[in-house]
Amino acid sequence: MERITSPISTDIIEKLRAGDQVLISGVIYVGRDAAHKRLIETLDKGEQLPFDIQGQTIYYMGPSPTKPGHVIGSAGPTTSGRMDAYTPRLLSVGLRAMIGKGLRSEAVKEALKKHRGVYLAAVGGAAALIAKSITKAQTIAYEDLGPEAILRLEVKDFPAVVINDMYGGDLYQEGKAQYQIRA
Amino acid sequence: MKEIKAKDVTATVARLCKEANFFLGEDVLAALKKAREEEESPVGRQILDQILENADIAAKEEMPLCQDCGLAIVFLEIGQDVHITGGDLYEAIDEGVRQGYSEGYLRKSAVDQPFSARVNTKDNTPSIIHSEIVPGDKLKIIVAPKGGGSENMSRFTVLKPAQGRQGVIDFVVSAVEEAGSNPCPPTIVGIGIGGSAEKAMILAKKALLRTVGEPSPDMEVAVLENELLRRINTTGVGPGGVGGRITSLAVHVETYPAHIASLPVAVNLQCHSARHKEADL
Repeated sequence: MERITSPISTDIIEKLRAGDQVLISGVIYVGRDAAHKRLIETLDKGEQLPFDIQGQTIYYMGPSPTKPGHVIGSAGPTTSGRMDAYTPRLLSVGLRAMIGKGLRSEAVKEALKKHRGVYLAAVGGAAALIAKSITKAQTIAYEDLGPEAILRLEVKDFPAVVINDMYGGDLYQEGKAQYQIRA
Repeated sequence: MKEIKAKDVTATVARLCKEANFFLGEDVLAALKKAREEEESPVGRQILDQILENADIAAKEEMPLCQDCGLAIVFLEIGQDVHITGGDLYEAIDEGVRQGYSEGYLRKSAVDQPFSARVNTKDNTPSIIHSEIVPGDKLKIIVAPKGGGSENMSRFTVLKPAQGRQGVIDFVVSAVEEAGSNPCPPTIVGIGIGGSAEKAMILAKKALLRTVGEPSPDMEVAVLENELLRRINTTGVGPGGVGGRITSLAVHVETYPAHIASLPVAVNLQCHSARHKEADL
């Protein structure tokens, strides 16, 4: 288990390989379907994004409501594939890492190679456990989207595993092939 | 004739919504622990550890097991000698969902106008209610919150009768294999064989309510369940889809007579956060 800091430096991105387990500390941004749509519309209009995306990490997540006295509600990853249509564009303007769960498109995997990025998975359904690694949460944009607003999170030892690295490595494919038994 | 007050239905549904989202069933926990013992992939084992630790935290802190607290699927078995008083039964259930999702700090994930505006209804209603009239004077209520990630991987087909048993196996195994990491494996696989299109899918969903790993009472079906589980666990998908031996914890098959021309097969996948709680009134 390797400890890394977000924003993730290019040195670290170059070292990460599909299958590496990491604990992430630092700052990550939360956005899912509706927020992504709006980020792309903002870029299309030639306007500034609501946060500096250079070198940043986006976590695909829509938390449950925060109980009194808690930092955030349960906070596990949502299915990343729904964001595939928007991802190559965001990588091209500086996004470096994404955390979610589930399969990505070929276009996303190509964009990770081209723009030197990485896709990590958190454990789907480990939402109460993941919430423990979030030390601060604030809404920074698109408040009107409710549970889909963009949040800025501070995290300490957030558990994730590298699925797609910048060299074309793909844990979902490699891991499956390793344990497959063909009749 | 037994009278049951609508407000008691509301209170029961509210409680079941919260309990289902906080407390994973003992059968699911036992199946996950067994999977942890058997899994060979080191990353797969770590994922199972996280899933088990998550269940512990959720129960202790009464936090949702998953941020996706699902649509509220409600199964009713209504005794024919029951009379509901003081309100509309389905309204009473929706009010229970409203209260349970609000009091439990559960995420509201229902959107209206699903093909266009997709406006959140803000209280997770309407629930999806399946009711059956049965003999007796009891009302059984089962609340089964269902998340989007696994539900999105549902599959349905009508095979040619000649494709038979092997056709069923091929269809189910490929559905689970192609779903890969998306439905949050290790999954429980609900399968409905026979009936009509809608009957097959309801059978598949009902199959998910069975105690995890309890075989079908029909010996031939139980043998099919075993073979399906064995085949699914050779795909290599594994916990979290990262590769491993345990892709599914159990396969539950329900069957119903079909038309002479048809062999309907429905697959409804359940993520490892297999949530359902029930009560008898």
